[in-house]
Amino acid sequence: MRYLPHTEADRRAMLATIGARDVDCLFQDVPAAARLDQPIDLPAGQSEMAVERVFTRMAGKNLSAGCAPFFIGAGLYRHHVPAAVDQLLTRGEFLTSYTPYQPEVSQGTLQYLFEFQTQVAMITGMEVANASMYDGATACAEAAVMAARVTRKKKIVLSGNLHPHYVQTTETVTKHQGLEIEALAPDPFGFEDLMGRVDSRTACLIVQNPGFFGGIRDLTQLADACHEVGALLVVAVAEPVSLGLITPPGAMGADIVVAEGQSLGMGLQFGGPGLGLFATREKYVRQMPGRLCGQTVDQDGKRGFVLTLSTREQHIRREKATSNICTNSGLCALAFTMHLTLLGETGLTRLAKLNHAQAVRLEQSLRRVPGAKVISQTYFNEFALYLGDDVDAAEVVEKLAAKGILGGVAASRFYPHWPELRPILLLAATETNSQDDMAALVSALNEGL
Amino acid sequence: MTEITTISGNRGLMLEEPLIFEQGCPGRIGVDIADPGPVDEDRLGGLARQGAIGLPDLSEPQMVRHYTRLSQKNYGIDSGFYPLGSCTMKHNPRLSEKMARIPGLTDLHPFQPQSTVQGALEVIDLLAHWLKGLAGMPALAMSPAAGAHGEWCGLMAIRAYHDDHGDSRRTRVLVPESAHGTNPATAAMCGYSVDPVPANERGRVDVAALKAKLGPDVACIMVTNPNTCGLFEDEILEIARITHDAGAFFYCDGANYNAIVGRVKVADLGIDAMHINLHKTFSTPHGGGGPGAGPTVLSAKLAPYAPLPFVVHGTDGLELVEHAEQAPGAKPFGRVKGYHGQFGVFVRALAYILSMGADGLRQTSSDAVLNANYLLASLKDVLSASFDGPCMHECLFDDRFLKDSGVTTLDFAKMLIDEGFHPMTMYFPLVVHGALLMEPTESEAKETLDGFIAVIRALAAKAKNSEAEAFKAAPRLTPRRRLDETLAARQPILRWKHGANAEG
Repeated sequence: MRYLPHTEADRRAMLATIGARDVDCLFQDVPAAARLDQPIDLPAGQSEMAVERVFTRMAGKNLSAGCAPFFIGAGLYRHHVPAAVDQLLTRGEFLTSYTPYQPEVSQGTLQYLFEFQTQVAMITGMEVANASMYDGATACAEAAVMAARVTRKKKIVLSGNLHPHYVQTTETVTKHQGLEIEALAPDPFGFEDLMGRVDSRTACLIVQNPGFFGGIRDLTQLADACHEVGALLVVAVAEPVSLGLITPPGAMGADIVVAEGQSLGMGLQFGGPGLGLFATREKYVRQMPGRLCGQTVDQDGKRGFVLTLSTREQHIRREKATSNICTNSGLCALAFTMHLTLLGETGLTRLAKLNHAQAVRLEQSLRRVPGAKVISQTYFNEFALYLGDDVDAAEVVEKLAAKGILGGVAASRFYPHWPELRPILLLAATETNSQDDMAALVSALNEGL
Repeated sequence: MTEITTISGNRGLMLEEPLIFEQGCPGRIGVDIADPGPVDEDRLGGLARQGAIGLPDLSEPQMVRHYTRLSQKNYGIDSGFYPLGSCTMKHNPRLSEKMARIPGLTDLHPFQPQSTVQGALEVIDLLAHWLKGLAGMPALAMSPAAGAHGEWCGLMAIRAYHDDHGDSRRTRVLVPESAHGTNPATAAMCGYSVDPVPANERGRVDVAALKAKLGPDVACIMVTNPNTCGLFEDEILEIARITHDAGAFFYCDGANYNAIVGRVKVADLGIDAMHINLHKTFSTPHGGGGPGAGPTVLSAKLAPYAPLPFVVHGTDGLELVEHAEQAPGAKPFGRVKGYHGQFGVFVRALAYILSMGADGLRQTSSDAVLNANYLLASLKDVLSASFDGPCMHECLFDDRFLKDSGVTTLDFAKMLIDEGFHPMTMYFPLVVHGALLMEPTESEAKETLDGFIAVIRALAAKAKNSEAEAFKAAPRLTPRRRLDETLAARQPILRWKHGANAEG
C-alpha cells in the first residue's frame, strides 16, 4: 500500500523488539467478543487511477457553476480566486502542519493569522478579530452566546433579514443555554421594525447587512437604541466583498461583527468548509470565543507571534470555557488572507464596485421580463426578484436548470411555510458573470413565465 | 557554536519577513480587475464607504514571496517526524488534494437544484456508507465541522432523545478526568453539569467509581476510547452495560478511532454515538488548525434526532432533506452549521478511504499500533513509561526520568526541535505528571523511528548528565527562539496598527 512504508521484514523486526508474537497480540486489551479477525466487508483498496475514475464519474453527474450562466448567492458567492492563492495553499508546510502550539516552528502560521486578524478588523471596521471559526452561521451563534455573557441578559432578537441557516444554527446552539430566541418573520421588503424589539431584557439584536434579501441598512440608530438599553448590536455579513464598497458595521456602532469569509480565496466547494469571521471591540476581547494570535518577543528580543489569551478556551477552562471550539479554519483563513493581500485596498474597492455594477446591470436587464420586479430597495450584489403573484419561483428555478442555467434560488427553499414568499427569487451577480450570461437568463425567464 | 550575525538579519535560507502592512505601496495590485464601468445610479442607499480601509497594496510577485517565506517558518508532516500525541499527524495523500480540485466537485453551489448536484450528493452518501459500515452503526450526522462540533452534535441528539421521552431528570454528564477539554465544555453547552470520573491505577476508567456515580439523573457518559493515555478501555463492555442499565447513553469521543478502525466495530463496544475526526483517522490535512470534519455515527435510538440536512435515497435519485417535514419520522434536533457539511473535507476523506479500502484501513491501524509499541519498547528503559504496554496508537511517558535533572518536559521537547523533530504532546493528559505523549502514526518508516529513538536516548542521557543549561536555551536554531507568552497575554497586541508594531 502506497501510504504505508513497512515491509513484512520491518514488521517482524519491530515485533521482535517489542517481544510480541504478532500484531494481534498488541490488541489484547480489546474484548475478544469485539475483535474482528478479518477486514470489514467493504471493498478493497484501489490505485490512484481507479480512485480518480470514481471521482471523475461522480463529478460528471454535476453541473458545475463554471459551465452555466450562474446567479446563485444566498450567503455564498462565486468569485474568481487568483491562481496564486491555491498554488501557495498547497505548500506542505501550510497544508500539513498542526495548530501552532509550538510557536518556534510555527511562525509562518502565526504571522499569517496575525495579518488575517488585522485584515478582518480593518474591513469590518472593528478593533480586534479572532483567528476564525467554522463558518458564518456558527460564528453568529457564538456571538449570541457571547452577547448574553457580556450583558448578563437572555433575550436574543434575530432580524428577519438574517440568513435562515444563521437563524437555525443560532436557535440550535442556544437551545439549552438558558437563552430566549425571538426570530422575526422573513422580511423581503425591508418593513420590519427592529427598534421596537429591543428592550431592557435584550442581550443582543442580530441583523445582517447586506440582508438576506439584499437590502443595505444604516445601522447607526439601531446601534444607539441597543446601547441605550444595554444590549449589543451584532451584525452578520454574508458577503465580505461588500465591505470594499459600503460603510462597515464598525463605523455604524456594531459591537460584534460575524461574517462568512468564503467569498475570498475559497471557491464554492458545495458550501463547506466555510470560514467564520468574528470581530469585536477591544473591551470585549476576553469574552470572545475562538483562537487568538498575539504579538510578543522571543528570548533574543525579536518580534514573534504566539497563540494567546487561551485561558478563555476549553483546554484550560474545560466546562467554564467561552466555547467548546478547539479548531479554527486555519487553511481557509490562509486562503482568505492571501486573496485579500493580492487585492489590497485598491483591488478590494475595485472588485466591490464591479460586483455592484454587475448587479445593477442585471437589474436593468430584468426590466425586460414582464411582471418581474426587483423588490430590494437597496442592494450590493444580490437582490430579491418578485416574479408575479401566481408564479412559483421554485418551479422557475427548475425550468432554468433544465435549460442549463443556474438562475438563483427560490426563497421558498428556505421558507417552505411562507406561501407569500413563493414568487420570490434571489439573484446574485458577481465579476464572474458575462453580458451573455445575463442575456441568457433574461431570455429564459421570458420564455418560461 | 559561534553566533553568526548578518547585516540583513537573514540567515541563509532562514529569511526575515515583515508583515504585509509593512511592505505595501498604494496603487499596486495583485489581481487584474475589469473596469467597473459607469453606474448611472448606485443602489447603496447612501451607505457608500467613507474613508480608506487601510489594506496594503502588493503585486503578485511580492505576495508569492511573502507566503513562500512564511511557509518556510513552519514545520509540517511533509517536513519530518511529527509525533504529536492525540493529534494523528499522518501523511496527507496528494491524490485527495487533486480530487478536491476537480471542477465538477469543487465549483458547486449548495443551493443548486438537486438534479444538478447528484454527484455531490453521491459523495456524501458514499462516504456515509463507508463510515456506517466501518463503525457498524445504522445512522450518522454528516454536518459537524470538527471533533468538538461532533461531540456537541452527539450530546444534542442524546438530549433530544431524553427530552422527547419526557425524561427531564437527567442533568449530569460523567466525564473521566483524562478527557479532552472539549468534553466538559460540550456538556456545559448542552445544559448539563459535569461530574468527573477518576482513573484507576492502570490508566483506565475506574468502573466502580463510575458505577457509584451512575443514576437516574445521568444523561450520558463521555469516554474517549482508546483513551488519552493511549490505552484501550478493556472494561468497555462493562462500562456500556452499566451505563445502559442506568438509562444513560454512551458517548464515545472518537478522536482516537484511528487506532482501531478496521479491527473493531464501534457498535460492538456498546457505543451509542461517536464522532469521527476525518482530519485524523481519514487523513485530511490539518491545515495549521482546520478545517476538519466530525461526522457523528448514531445508534438506532438516536438516529431520528440527527440534525438537518441529510441525504436520503428518493424516487428520483438522491435527495437532500433540508426541512424536517420532508422526512417522515425524523425529529431533527436542529441545524449545526450553514449549508451541507464540510464537503471539501468529505471528498478528501473519501479519496483516502477508497485508496486504502477495508484491507488497507485494517493494516493502517495495525501499523499505527505497531509503531507506538515499538517506540514504547525502545524508550521505556530511558524514559519513564506511565503505564505498561501494550499501548494502542500512542505511548505515554511522564517526567520521572527528569527528576533532579533541572530539565522539564517543556525543555526536553524544545531540545527536540533543534534536532529536527516536532515535539510530542506535552502536559496532556493531565492524569500523569509532566506528560510526554507520542503518536508516531502508521506513516513513519522504521528508519525514521530508529533515528528518533537514537536522539531521544542521547537527550535523556544528556539530561541526566547535568546539562540543563543547554536544554533551557533550546531551541537555538529556529526562526524564533522561545517566545514570551506571559507578555503576549498581559499586554495583548492582536493586530497591526500603524507605527505600533515595530520589528524587535
